[in-house]
Amino acid sequence: MVHAGKASHIGSSLSQMDILAVLYAGAASVTPERVKDPERDVIIVSKGHASAGTYAVMAHAGFFPLAWLDEFCANGGVLSGHVTAGVIPGVELSTGSLGHGLAFGCGIALAAKLSGSTRRVFVLLSDGECDEGSVWEAGMFAAHHGLSNLTAIIDRNGLQSFGSTELTLALEPLGAKWEAFGWAVSRIDGHDHESLKAAFAADHSRPAMLIADTTKGRGVSYMENEVAWHYKTPDDEQLAQALTELASEDA
Amino acid sequence: MRDAFIARLTEQARTDESIMLLTGDLGFNVVEGFRDAFPLQFLNCGVAEQAMMSIAAGLASTHKRVFAYSIVNFATFRCLEQIRNDIAYHGYDVCVVAIGGGASYGTLGYSHHGLEDVAVMRPIPGMRIYSPADSLEVASCVDEILEIGGPCYLRLGRQPGSSPHAGPPDISTGLIELARGTDVSLLVTGPLLPTALTAAAAAEEQGVSVQVVSVPRISPLDDAELLKVAGGRRIVTLEEHSTIGGLGSAVLESLARSRQPHDVHILGYPSGGFDISGSHAFINNSTGLSPDAVALALVDQG
Repeated sequence: MVHAGKASHIGSSLSQMDILAVLYAGAASVTPERVKDPERDVIIVSKGHASAGTYAVMAHAGFFPLAWLDEFCANGGVLSGHVTAGVIPGVELSTGSLGHGLAFGCGIALAAKLSGSTRRVFVLLSDGECDEGSVWEAGMFAAHHGLSNLTAIIDRNGLQSFGSTELTLALEPLGAKWEAFGWAVSRIDGHDHESLKAAFAADHSRPAMLIADTTKGRGVSYMENEVAWHYKTPDDEQLAQALTELASEDA
Repeated sequence: MRDAFIARLTEQARTDESIMLLTGDLGFNVVEGFRDAFPLQFLNCGVAEQAMMSIAAGLASTHKRVFAYSIVNFATFRCLEQIRNDIAYHGYDVCVVAIGGGASYGTLGYSHHGLEDVAVMRPIPGMRIYSPADSLEVASCVDEILEIGGPCYLRLGRQPGSSPHAGPPDISTGLIELARGTDVSLLVTGPLLPTALTAAAAAEEQGVSVQVVSVPRISPLDDAELLKVAGGRRIVTLEEHSTIGGLGSAVLESLARSRQPHDVHILGYPSGGFDISGSHAFINNSTGLSPDAVALALVDQG
């Protein structure tokens, strides 16, 4: 997708794949048939720059045809470089500017509480996104209103657009911060499906924050933990190598 | 005008439980009545306008009809991207309610003067912009907002001392003709309406016949209606807003779309705010928005 579309953010897409795969595979109660169901669970990808990874998971979960992926970032295509709602079934919020998704999720979670609905809201954030003050505004709101139906996941790959998060605007101790904000915090391996499933299934009396340790560029040796792959597009040779490595990992 | 807004919203909420009022920690002695009548439909989001607008969008995505209330600059500039991306792009039913339009906060100074808000809200796709003159126009605006739905902006200023309306006026065309005249059309939005009527009467005495039209809805401005009402005459626009990007600009754009030759004099605040402290009236009087100054402009344009 990213190769054909000459697009970027492949590193951010690969770090979140397991998280979204587990959510769309059933941890969240939403299916292609239920995208209009007012009782569906809501998945919000607040790190909208990782649209390639998001769309790949959603297409494989059946929300729209796999063929759409071939026209990712193509002129006249449906799928663009940031997550966009409207014509794409199942996308809950257009994102791409960081710091919007968590507060939007708070609105839905609060409405569910008010109406007695049992639906849940999942919001996937990037770690660099936590630089945004609006994330913490939403964090205070969720705890204050006891939004136990809200689960946020931080894709903690450690790299933001210009370098390490810790060298940019240090986030750690990230868990302690969210704990202090009143959230039920757990730290897990963001590539381990069993850990993710267990964390998503856990019941809380407070909003839940999963800090998911991940690897940016996961599964492709030359991309892993390299800031450059926040931006770069693989060439033909790099694409072939990436596909080989990812295939061998699957095997 | 704030009280009139809350009164109308409270009335509407009696039969519509989907209405929600959100505030960014403002509304002391104004919103309590609504809060007490409908505690589950009221939410103080704290001094967190960015989150408030995204929360408003989230609530609206579940078919709530949300009114998000704050002071002009905090309700627009502070959270403009949340309004653009989360509310307007998705077409959600959220009305941003801004108090303190123009220099109505007087001596509180630049941070509290709402001078450029209409200019930044106008180009946001689908955004309907209401700027009522007084409490009666407020009631009509709230009714239309609830009838039509979608993203909108309700700009409230300081309630003027008098109103030409006997009751909530019909605002369906967006233009309300309040005085007939043949030489100049004076298009006014917001609480300067009595100023406009006084100025028009003064200009009449000097031989210039002035039509006065209140514009409670700046966007969308109906091109055909504008031509029908004010077509062919020279125009003066009057607003408590920067002369850049507000009603005057909207009128010019409309006339340009209609391919009409035009002669428009825009009266409003000079760009850049005010150097000295002063009350609302003091600021208006010292920036050419007094009845006398407006009358002079009308005679000049006539």
